[in-house]
Amino acid sequence: MAGRTDFGPPNYKEMLPPVIAKNYGQWKYHERVKPGLLKHVAESGDELYTVRVGSGRLVSTDWIRDVCNIAEQFCGGHLRFTSRHNLEFLVSDKDQVEPLIAYLKEHGFAVGGTGPSISNPVHTQGWIHCHTPATDASGIVKAVMDDLFEYFTDWKLPAYCRISLACCLNMCGAVHCSDIAILGIHRKPPHINHDIVRAKCEIPNVIAACPTGAIRPDPKEKSLTVNEEKCMYCGNCYTMCPGMPLADPVGDGVSIWVGGKISSARTPPKFSRLVIPFLPNTPPRWPEVTDAVRNIVETWAKYARKHERMGEWIERIGWERFFALSGIPFTVQLIDDFTLASETFRSTPTFKW
Amino acid sequence: MAEDSKTPKLDQLEEGPWPSFVTEMKRAAEKKDSAKDLLRQLERSYEDRIGHWKHGGIVGVKGYGGGVIGRYSDLPEEFPAVAEFHTLRVNMPAGWFYTADKLRELCDVWDKHGSGLTNMHGATGDIILLGAPTSALQPCFDDLAEAGFDLGGSGSDMRTPSCCVGPGRCEFACIDTLDVLHDITLEFQDELHRPMFPYKSKIKISGCANDCVASVARSDFSIIGTWRDEIRVDEAEVARYADEGMDIQSEVVDLCPTGSASWDPGTRKLTIDNAECNRCMHCINVMPRALRPGKEKGATILVGGKAPIVRGALLSWVIVPFMKMEPPYTEFKDLIRRIWEWWDENGKMRERLGELINRLGMRAFLKAVDLPPVPQMIRIPRANPYYFWDPEEVK
Repeated sequence: MAGRTDFGPPNYKEMLPPVIAKNYGQWKYHERVKPGLLKHVAESGDELYTVRVGSGRLVSTDWIRDVCNIAEQFCGGHLRFTSRHNLEFLVSDKDQVEPLIAYLKEHGFAVGGTGPSISNPVHTQGWIHCHTPATDASGIVKAVMDDLFEYFTDWKLPAYCRISLACCLNMCGAVHCSDIAILGIHRKPPHINHDIVRAKCEIPNVIAACPTGAIRPDPKEKSLTVNEEKCMYCGNCYTMCPGMPLADPVGDGVSIWVGGKISSARTPPKFSRLVIPFLPNTPPRWPEVTDAVRNIVETWAKYARKHERMGEWIERIGWERFFALSGIPFTVQLIDDFTLASETFRSTPTFKW
Repeated sequence: MAEDSKTPKLDQLEEGPWPSFVTEMKRAAEKKDSAKDLLRQLERSYEDRIGHWKHGGIVGVKGYGGGVIGRYSDLPEEFPAVAEFHTLRVNMPAGWFYTADKLRELCDVWDKHGSGLTNMHGATGDIILLGAPTSALQPCFDDLAEAGFDLGGSGSDMRTPSCCVGPGRCEFACIDTLDVLHDITLEFQDELHRPMFPYKSKIKISGCANDCVASVARSDFSIIGTWRDEIRVDEAEVARYADEGMDIQSEVVDLCPTGSASWDPGTRKLTIDNAECNRCMHCINVMPRALRPGKEKGATILVGGKAPIVRGALLSWVIVPFMKMEPPYTEFKDLIRRIWEWWDENGKMRERLGELINRLGMRAFLKAVDLPPVPQMIRIPRANPYYFWDPEEVK
């Protein structure tokens, strides 16, 4: 079969459990039975139970074999993953549900992530496997979720809360519409290695890659120069040119953004907004980040109404109230100065004090 | 490697209730030197507070221009087993459904050729096989192909499309997201595997406005299921929710963004003024036993969504308010081909579709791809007087 190309992914139809193949497109309603357990009922009366567990995203083939064995033991070998790195066991025999949950809990799996909870954080590669990161990804997520574990396994929140992490501004994790986004940032301009720029980089493409026009040719060096006052450390130039690295142990760290949303339920999708411009990289457990995230989650949980997402709550109370209630200091970095910045400025003399 | 990895910082991340990626790395490290060196290099990053991967490097398999990401350690003498540690992106089945047998076949291939570490799944949706040397890539792909797994996208191509669970398990699904996904993925294999666009192009498909795959934020082409007729109401089930303690006034009616729902606690009747409903899904989300989308179903097509690089993040915007989505999805395929052609002709290097439309204007875009302007495309009409006329229109 070597040399075969363009045959496409495995056909999903061959992956479906019999209860889904039979009731495909004929689901009538669902219930959230308890955290981590969904029940779907078909027009035919058939029932499908879904047991959701969080995964750490970075998993070994041993782990995959483990969950395959569990799926075979309890649900005919049928499982799926979600768009947020969760694993779901698809159980058609109701009698297997509680034994499965008991087995999972006994073996250290995190059952939860459904309903008004913190869902499994989407995240990127970080220091594990990326060439442009400003922070690690898996480590921060692990630290944050260890700290907030109760909100994954229990229903203690007004609505669901999506936390996401991207380890640089490229945002492979597209975190920009999350209830809480953790974003790795640089704070120092690229340090130019002229030899590498000359040898490896297309100079016009690097100049064009800069969103603020900070990069100019350096004819003397046959290389590039950066106007450091105009540089906001996005790393686009480095993506185009390996001679312009930005990573720096002191300059790099984490920013926190809140109030984004994807769903159109009630209110339109929204971008997350910057509330903490910098926290240092403090591996292995990033206590400044875990404290900040917990504070935001618990402030929202304390004041929001039922079904009110983070961004909806903040829009109702106003941003000045958010900063007052959360105790987060307001700094000049939170005021936009990129393109279309003035759309974020306020034109009404109506405030809360 | 004689001595065991010493990773005091990472060891701390084996504690705590959340699943530990460090434990997973250690499990792989028991069998593979590359996983062991990955763990040691990561510990080094935790000490140095900086990554240790070099920039780029082009690697691949025969016949494909994408699907493999080159990755090289910048400390190859210290960590020789990850000197070359490339990623294969493997196209997942629609909806991320698997059988245990199929996953085991995948594990067998990866245990044979790679580090034994994976992401289930990557941000775009692919199965990520994390770490193999250059010499292993072609044999690994050959064995993947034997097992029925093809590569996904990378670089300036159509990236691996993804979709929500759809009619596989969700009563909200207004379109067959799984079938649309599988069909268009097969249709556009060339675009997926051979980068030829100005930049990446992403397609995501959600069955309803809850948008569980975040298509509106993360894809150049968002396909989002909707309906045009009336929400179906089961009055007995509405009453049952009330009996069970739901405060229908505050949880449903007061949160309806269009004020189109009303609740009479005396008669226990929920009324929806469908002409005023904007199909946001809130009431259906809260009362799934009682309320369901209508029967005249299709999709809204939106374009332009992306993360910040280069000129700022964009949310997709509507270009077709309602399109029937029935196999073989000819109307959608024709539209995306017209749009790709216009983008390919006009887009600068690394200019996503949304950025190009911003640069050249919706007017030029709509004319080029032959779509009529409709009010559903905008939130609000323009407030400035700087608009154009075609000379043909001024006579």
